Amino acid sequence: MSSIPLSAQFINLFAAIILLLAFAMLAQRRVLQLIDLFALQGATLFLSTLTVALTTGQAHLYGSAALTLVLKAILLPWILHRLVRKLNIKGEVEPLINIPTTMLVGLVLVIIAFNVALPISQLAHTITRGTLGIALAVVMLAFLMMITRRKAITQVVGFLSMENGLFLAATSATYGMPMVVELGIALDVLVGAIILGVFFFQIRDQFDSLDIHHMEKLKDS
Amino acid sequence: MISISGLIGQLFAIALALALAPLLSGWVGMCRAWLQSRTAPPLWQPYYMLHKLFHKDVVLAEGASSLFRVAPFVMFGCMVLACAIVPSLSTDLPFAPAADALALVGVFGLARIFIALAAMDIGTSFGTLGGRREMLIGFLAEPALLMVIFTVAMIAQSTSVATIVETLAHRDFYIHPSLAFAGVAFTFVSLAENARVPVDNPATHLELTMIHEAMILEYSGRHLALIEWAASLKLYAYSCLGLAFFFPWGIAAGDSFPALLAAIPLLVLKLAIGGVLLAGIETINAKLRIFRAPEFLGTAFLLAVLGLLVRLLLETKL
Repeated sequence: MSSIPLSAQFINLFAAIILLLAFAMLAQRRVLQLIDLFALQGATLFLSTLTVALTTGQAHLYGSAALTLVLKAILLPWILHRLVRKLNIKGEVEPLINIPTTMLVGLVLVIIAFNVALPISQLAHTITRGTLGIALAVVMLAFLMMITRRKAITQVVGFLSMENGLFLAATSATYGMPMVVELGIALDVLVGAIILGVFFFQIRDQFDSLDIHHMEKLKDS
Repeated sequence: MISISGLIGQLFAIALALALAPLLSGWVGMCRAWLQSRTAPPLWQPYYMLHKLFHKDVVLAEGASSLFRVAPFVMFGCMVLACAIVPSLSTDLPFAPAADALALVGVFGLARIFIALAAMDIGTSFGTLGGRREMLIGFLAEPALLMVIFTVAMIAQSTSVATIVETLAHRDFYIHPSLAFAGVAFTFVSLAENARVPVDNPATHLELTMIHEAMILEYSGRHLALIEWAASLKLYAYSCLGLAFFFPWGIAAGDSFPALLAAIPLLVLKLAIGGVLLAGIETINAKLRIFRAPEFLGTAFLLAVLGLLVRLLLETKL
């Protein structure tokens, strides 16, 4: 057990915290706290990426880490906070299934993710290969959050959290994607959040609510 | 086999637990009062309470069976045993082989069953209500506590509390992400088990919300004193268990006298910090509805299982 170096221990710790935050987001009932948790997840992802960069000396990972900090820990939460304030969203988000059931489903997803990732991570030779299972679990938990939540804004947070998981998977399996791809994704996520923000206003103007099940009534006529 | 110095250390640990436990409860009460900008009761308030109650006569409810009279003594005995098993100062405890961590959960369970039965024994509606709620909380908290113990036991390869602490305290520095999960889960469980705010309020006598208080409503005199003392011993035992699992540094390994002496101020310091944190948690949280308690403890169970999984994934060699 002592064969695991200290930096890898820190990376594992950060990955575990990211998983913990993913579960906290799944259990969170309030929108503003949800966004704060998302910001915290981004900050942990930044620390994790920075540790990988310091350990492996891969120059482009510093860029990714900086991008993560600026985009996911500061800019996106700020945009979401502004949206919530402008849309005047208050109170609790209503999940479609109750929270204990969601958490149990989440636990099953984590077990599946860990099992699926185990043979893959044995093929990888990176220092961070153990965290691949966690990355996969975070992606699946974010999926679950998007499926089980009714409000549009929580679905967007789920989408962004899924991107966090994918980013963690990329760093843990292959030390990150090429810079061009990463910049592209970052820009996509940012633009996506802004466009969805505009959509929120449209949805609310149309239905007087951000509950997306109203959109099922839309017809082509 | 039992050395004299070990026996002295053990007896000293029990005496310290008996003396410090009301002090810990008093300290938490003081911090709570300060945080809520009230004038704090003196630190010695629990001792005054115990003194007063021990000098009062016992009033027994009509139709109370002998179970009602025995329950406080059983509860007190269980808590003293728990305090004797959990290493607070030293891991050299001659009584420790009496029960490992799993049996410790059983000891807490025994105390709970007796107090719940005694509450139902007198047949008032409040007693029954409190007993049922207590069993609900207990039945949800125990699996979570067991999962936390499994996680820690897997790291130490043993379920004996003394061995676990020895392994955790005297090894090379190593970060266990699974302990982070287990720590959060353990905090949840101890809040629920000790009738603390998100689940129960130790200071309330509001009929609809009380759990622990509803059970002991009919007790008076020395019986009530024993129950109050046992409740603070339980808080002390849980705090020591948490400190032993997650902050084991400073607990003496052998029975050397200087190490034992050095462990005392450290223990008091750790307990004081823990008390401040507990008061903080109790101040910033509102009491949950009773039907939210299963969700709260379900989360604790989930976190403990996650800790176990993370332990399997990250900390064993691939």
